[in-house]
Amino acid sequence: MPEKIIESFNVKRLDILDEQGNADASLMPSLAGDDIKKIYEQFILLRTFDARALNLQREGRLGTYASVLGQEASQIGSARAFEKSDWIFPSFREMGVSITMGYPMDMLFQYWSGDERGIRTPDDLNIFPVCVPVGTQILHAAGAGMAIKYRKERKAAGVYFGDGGTSEGDFHEGFNMAGVFKLPVVFICQNNQWAISVPREKQTASKTLAQKAFAYGFEGIQVDGNDIFAVYRATKDALDRARNGEGPTFIECFTFRMSDHTTADDSSRYRNTEEVEDWKQKDPLLRLKRFMEKQGLWTAEFHKQTEDRAMKLVDEAVKKAESVTHPDPKDMFIYTYEKPTPRLIKEMTDL
Amino acid sequence: MPRLNMVQAINMALKEEMQRDEDVVIIGEDVGKDGGVFRVTEGLLSLYGHERVIDTPLAESAIVGTAIGMGVCGLRPVAEIQFMGFIYPAIDQIFSHAARIRCRSRGRFSCPIVVRTPYGAGIKAPELHSESTEALFCHMPGLKVVVPSTPYNAKGLLISAIRDPDPVIFLESTRLYRLVKEEVPEGEYSVPLGKARVAQEGGGVTVIAWGSMLHRVLQAVSGLDVEVVDLMTLSPFDEVTVAASVRKTGRVIIVHEAPKTCGFGAELSATIAEDLMLHLKAPIIRVTGYDSVMPLPKLEDTYIPTVERIKKAVEEVLRY
Ligand SMILES: Cc1ncc(C[n+]2csc(CCOP(=O)(O)OP(=O)(O)O)c2C)c(N)n1
Ligand SMILES: [Mg+2]
Repeated sequence: MPEKIIESFNVKRLDILDEQGNADASLMPSLAGDDIKKIYEQFILLRTFDARALNLQREGRLGTYASVLGQEASQIGSARAFEKSDWIFPSFREMGVSITMGYPMDMLFQYWSGDERGIRTPDDLNIFPVCVPVGTQILHAAGAGMAIKYRKERKAAGVYFGDGGTSEGDFHEGFNMAGVFKLPVVFICQNNQWAISVPREKQTASKTLAQKAFAYGFEGIQVDGNDIFAVYRATKDALDRARNGEGPTFIECFTFRMSDHTTADDSSRYRNTEEVEDWKQKDPLLRLKRFMEKQGLWTAEFHKQTEDRAMKLVDEAVKKAESVTHPDPKDMFIYTYEKPTPRLIKEMTDL
Repeated sequence: MPRLNMVQAINMALKEEMQRDEDVVIIGEDVGKDGGVFRVTEGLLSLYGHERVIDTPLAESAIVGTAIGMGVCGLRPVAEIQFMGFIYPAIDQIFSHAARIRCRSRGRFSCPIVVRTPYGAGIKAPELHSESTEALFCHMPGLKVVVPSTPYNAKGLLISAIRDPDPVIFLESTRLYRLVKEEVPEGEYSVPLGKARVAQEGGGVTVIAWGSMLHRVLQAVSGLDVEVVDLMTLSPFDEVTVAASVRKTGRVIIVHEAPKTCGFGAELSATIAEDLMLHLKAPIIRVTGYDSVMPLPKLEDTYIPTVERIKKAVEEVLRY
């Protein structure tokens, strides 16, 4: 009896926009000039929001905050592909996803300042609250996929997690559920090379994260996570498949966390500056700008207007977030159950 | 009216609720073709199909985590964990998510799921098939914990649990599954969550128990002037019924098969001491499992409270 190969797989990697701003026309998703300008505006808005959050934290006006710097293309590119009615399960680093989908920035500032009222998702969005326990949200997307499938809706569930999240047990269980039941789920991993101080290669011996999907019976693809067009296209394709009943897809966005893990972290303790400098060359905004210049879509005037507008929007959001009244202590109790238990009522009146 | 055991009563509740509401779905290991290892979901697959009676891969965190996602999206999943000793891999999902989604989303999302699981000693099974760790779940705000002791109440409580807007842990005593039969009406009725019942009236002593221990208590105190309170819901527990009985008798015994330390008896005892100290005529006594690892079947009967231990406790409180 000869030994033979009974299964093999190939991992695709998608790149569309290079560091010099040249896009591969054959792979380019259909985006009008105005769409691209809109994407640029979202980039600037997100950078402005993120920088402001870091400043506010330093001034003691915000709690611990997890910066998005460097990962904007992965977040904006994927979020743009979803519909508002889709179910989104973010981790704690998805401010770019939330803002792109229309989550009010003032509420995000409010949340990160420790006011839970900021995390009540507006009724027109199905974004789940920030998930702190790493990887656990992956299963909720499988559940949402199950509900979507059961009700025969043309929706999908999208879930975001990091490279570290792929080591958690719920990553395995969630992928397995989605594969077995062919669920309409798009799994989006932002492989930003670090899980706090642990580098990607200490997280798994797999050559890519994308290849893990094959063991669960569906496709995984690696995309340049700093290439907004590649991320957008991969997500859109995955969503089309999900909506057509063709099951889940895993997208590994190969990107980099330019900031410390959070404001409570000091990344100089565990990684060297050369690595960060190298990644600066791959900056997702810089290459978008270069592309737009070549297309005649970028002018200094447009940039200035965009920046001014972003600054104004962020200023307004901060102002709004900081002008809310202190939360009512009763707020601690009223959402424990639909109706407070007798003991909760007693504790509330003891306040 | 049919006379049913607890397995049949729970099965009837599931069948009728699935008939009533298309959003009710069952998810767990071996719940489909096999009808569950205790046959609680028997016949449901052929009635409602694979889309509603979902045999999952062998993964407890996935069963509960997926149920959470389904619940948040508006379904009413009833998840089955094969034995309480195997719920531990799912505790992260139960504690970190099911219990707090309503709170974390400020009421935007809720998690109307039921997690059913067989618990307790009584079927001479291997390690971790006899756990009674209900107190873990009672400690977690946002969860409700229900432990029926009779077929009639099991059906009524499960109907309430399925319709409840919050997550409910529903514990089914393996010993009771086929021990008692009683009349269980077909069709709709419910037994409210959060309400205890007086299983035997009496004036001298109050014995509080739930689930499997209820029957042992009734056996131990039959013919005595002892009031037996069947708690039925542990979280939130019925402080009113407990207080009324304690005021009447002034003597309290709490019986559970879980270990003593931090068992639910501790909470009951502390509450009674806090609120009703002046009505007490004797110290509150807990008759419980021991603070050891639950032994294998040869020593099981020594571990869980016996009729003799309960009788002795009654004699003891009556000495005051
Ligand atoms: C279950 C769990 N363990 C540990 C932590 C603490 N923690 C927060 S973020 C993090 C690293 C996450 O890395 P990754 O998944 O790559 O996401 P990234 O932070 O890079 O976005 C750790 C260990 C946590 N939040 N949850
Ligand atoms: Mg990471």
